[in-house]
Amino acid sequence: MKRLPLAALVAAFFLFLVFSVSVRQAVLLLVGMGMGAALAGARFGFTTGWRQLIEQRDPRGVTGQALLLALASLAALPLMGQFSELNAALGPPSVSLLIGAFVFGLTMQIADGCGSGTLYKAGLGVPLNMGILPLFALGSFLGSVHLDQWLALGQTEPVSLSAQFGTGGALTLTLVLLALALLGVRAWVGAGKQWIDKRWIWGAMALAVLATLNLLLAGQPWGVVYGFGLWAAKVSVALGAFDPAANAFWSQAGNAQRLTQTVLMDVTTITSIGILAGALWVSAKSPSSNKPLTAQQWAIGLVAGFVMGYSSRLAFGCNVGAMLSGISTGSLHGWIWVPLAFAGTMVGVRVRRRFGF
Amino acid sequence: MNTTHTLQGLFWLVLATFLAWDFSASAPVDLRNEPPLIAAGSGQATSGGHCSMAK
Repeated sequence: MKRLPLAALVAAFFLFLVFSVSVRQAVLLLVGMGMGAALAGARFGFTTGWRQLIEQRDPRGVTGQALLLALASLAALPLMGQFSELNAALGPPSVSLLIGAFVFGLTMQIADGCGSGTLYKAGLGVPLNMGILPLFALGSFLGSVHLDQWLALGQTEPVSLSAQFGTGGALTLTLVLLALALLGVRAWVGAGKQWIDKRWIWGAMALAVLATLNLLLAGQPWGVVYGFGLWAAKVSVALGAFDPAANAFWSQAGNAQRLTQTVLMDVTTITSIGILAGALWVSAKSPSSNKPLTAQQWAIGLVAGFVMGYSSRLAFGCNVGAMLSGISTGSLHGWIWVPLAFAGTMVGVRVRRRFGF
Repeated sequence: MNTTHTLQGLFWLVLATFLAWDFSASAPVDLRNEPPLIAAGSGQATSGGHCSMAK
């Protein structure tokens, strides 16, 4: 689509949100568009960065991701200390988290995109990611439906580093852990590597600013997966295939209320629509070129997308909700998520190669 | 128009249809209870859904 008609459609949707939903949601749509433009414009793929580190010992992607985490933490942790209205992305350390993060890291390599990656690539018009999106939503919904059974395997209460060590202590610990992670990367890639790539750096800076705006405006960190699950839950309820009152997760007051409201009132939904639109904006200038997939690759990719959605709920988020938002708001679960997802990714890149992606 | 553009058009059509159906089928938005533009400093507790939530 050309940019002029796209701008007109976005302007119309923005005004619709202003007059029919809320000014906050309208502005969050623009924040989401910025995220989509930054993700697609910089090709800021969490999945790709990890794969390049493993397969090519190329640290540029993870350097960009570490910068994003550091900048987002430097903004989020002090802001949360200042404003009591701002919530952290606190997930419970649990067996569910361990299994979910591992499986998510594995499947995101096969599906070639995490939560945000699937969104921006779908916005760019990559056929596999457009096909994955509804299956990701269905998987995310089913993961939430079964979540209480997974949590019954063992869990502790969410741990906030800010509550444990104060804002300064949490920030210091976060930055030290990020530095240690980069030291581990240095040991893996060896000497003489290029660490900085302009597109990863500007992508990290733009995303850190936009994630902070999301936190300030919405009062909660950036997330992707919840909205997907909500979409599938609403369709399932409408079809009479699901009774939310009989489910532990969806019968909770907040979730039950959101099932009755339009998804346009949901923060994660509106930023995700924005990401799709922002990536579409980028694709209008530089369309993506895609290698055609075989039938087998399509089938494997779609199954991986479904499992990725399911596991993202068990893991209490994807690279955005658990890693970026978890770590930058001082949640221990984000730090548990990363090594488990990375371990899964090490398997995933091999599966990916095996099927010729 | 190639296959990718057709799929892209279909993708956006399905998304727009879903959003239109959802808006018409859901409870009306209470505009008088619109949240403040900026949550930080508003004094209002936030209650949105997030993927990190266990319940």
